[in-house]
Amino acid sequence: MTSLIKTDYLIIGNSVGGIGAAEAIRENDGAGYITIVSDESYHAYSRPLISDYLAHPGPVEKMLYRRPDFYEKNGISTLLGEKVIKINPEGHTVMLSGGQNITWRRLLLATGGTPIVPATPGADLKGVFTFNKLDDARAIDEFLKGRLETTAVVIGGGLIGVSVTEALVKRGVRVTVVELKDRVLNTILDEESSARETQALTLSGVSLITGHSVSRISSGLRGQVSGVAIDDGRMLGCDLVVFAVGVRPRLELAKDAGIKTNRGITVDRFMMTSAPGIYACGDAAEAYDFVLGEDRPTPVWPNAYEGGRVAGLNMAGVPTEYKGGTALNALKYFGVNIVSAGMVASPDASAETLSFKRNGIYRKVVIKHGKLVGLIFAGDIAKSGIVYNLMKDRIDVTDFKEALVADNFGLASLPEAIWQERLPRSTAGSVIASGASEEPEEALIGD
Amino acid sequence: MKQVYLKESACIACRLCEVYCRLQSSSSGDLVKAFKKESPRVLPKVRVDNHGALSLSVRCRHCEDASCVRACLTGALSRDPLTGLVTVDEERCIGCGTCVLICPLGVPQLDTARKKMIKCDLCQGKEIPACVANCPNEALVYAETDSVQPEEAVIK
Repeated sequence: MTSLIKTDYLIIGNSVGGIGAAEAIRENDGAGYITIVSDESYHAYSRPLISDYLAHPGPVEKMLYRRPDFYEKNGISTLLGEKVIKINPEGHTVMLSGGQNITWRRLLLATGGTPIVPATPGADLKGVFTFNKLDDARAIDEFLKGRLETTAVVIGGGLIGVSVTEALVKRGVRVTVVELKDRVLNTILDEESSARETQALTLSGVSLITGHSVSRISSGLRGQVSGVAIDDGRMLGCDLVVFAVGVRPRLELAKDAGIKTNRGITVDRFMMTSAPGIYACGDAAEAYDFVLGEDRPTPVWPNAYEGGRVAGLNMAGVPTEYKGGTALNALKYFGVNIVSAGMVASPDASAETLSFKRNGIYRKVVIKHGKLVGLIFAGDIAKSGIVYNLMKDRIDVTDFKEALVADNFGLASLPEAIWQERLPRSTAGSVIASGASEEPEEALIGD
Repeated sequence: MKQVYLKESACIACRLCEVYCRLQSSSSGDLVKAFKKESPRVLPKVRVDNHGALSLSVRCRHCEDASCVRACLTGALSRDPLTGLVTVDEERCIGCGTCVLICPLGVPQLDTARKKMIKCDLCQGKEIPACVANCPNEALVYAETDSVQPEEAVIK
């Protein structure tokens, strides 16, 4: 019989969701055994930094999401570079690829996502990559070493596509982005803000082909990439291809275990799956979106942390409801700062769009039935958090919606009840200020 | 922990809090140089929002349950469990702006020249933050958070 590990809390996945859960568990249970298993062999690193890594390869230590002593300090055991191959929900065990079994009291599936590679002839050639994890960045870095005048085709102009493009450009690679839709970053930006990204890409020497897809990757010598064929018959010569068309939740483990899945692993508002004691979060899960009022995958870093944290609290016996997340992104590609959240375009005729555009600054809010459902700030992202939180708190903004896109927008533009609640209790200030002893000088300030 | 409280009835949008915050962060320690010459430009970590007669001097409130810390992509933001201070480790900050989008007060600020986020640290090393010390109208009060609670508990 193979060895058996016993743990109270088992977390599959060592990225943001898993760390969020581990931190929440440890805050509430100082003694319980926490074990993290991951098929990646690194300490938790900041996944968004893989683009910076590819641009300027350096030590992994510089990308760590938590301090190197995080696991030790928090008494967390890790099994890194190990793969879970089977979950037994009833028996409260999992099996690792090495045959080892682990028993757990509470289990978290923070298994993340895996890049989508559409069936394309030539997708298995040398020089074809995806861009989702550190090892992908390392593989591309290896490929680039010693090469001169490299040309790349990036398939997909979404977040991953633009982020790998930026890194490749910094490495001196000539890049063509092929995007199926009519513009880059089309799911998270509207036309105006997407045009700003397009301009930045173009100025950096990137070629863009929109409205088309790659139908075939062609090969020259020894199974190496030599170019791609576009669906209209055009041929583009290139040395490497990066598939960046999206990520799908990793569901296999959950499915095999009979845990309910839809587009992602189905979870309730406590981040628990259909199997008692088993939780899920992050890119793998399909959690509550407060804008849509329904569950859907929103595979972004901050939501993964929140979901992981809520899962961890519940696992540790602190009943906590997930308030929900929504699509949210902060971009800085090619020096262009843009933030967006929720729906970036009117979902239907009942929605209303208000915007502000001056001196390179662009702000837009989308409102439906009096409540914010989307926002974009470009050029100057300051104070965007005020609007995001109005959206998150589902506040009716009908009476002050114009203020949201006014020139001098700020907290003071909001109804008093809202800014009062957000500031440190200002009445407390006057209580404390009794040391200053004088009466408030209303007359001096008032008129 | 201590925090800066605002008596909004006494805040008159003079923006001296911004001016002295900027001076505090400047390398020259000279008002005029800090404002006109220093490069990269010194930015204030406090902001005055003004609408009609209402004026609010706003800075980080070092939330106990800080959404910026949870949302940070790189782990650059953290809250010291002992002091309660929310700080940014500039080495690890990539200036992405996620914290700007997530903060209910909208107080993290991007220093686009340096590609870093900047925020209030309550003037560590000084007895009283520069904004409070230089508020001409005593609109800003620096006091223990804990000292508020007993009062509230009594009043209820």
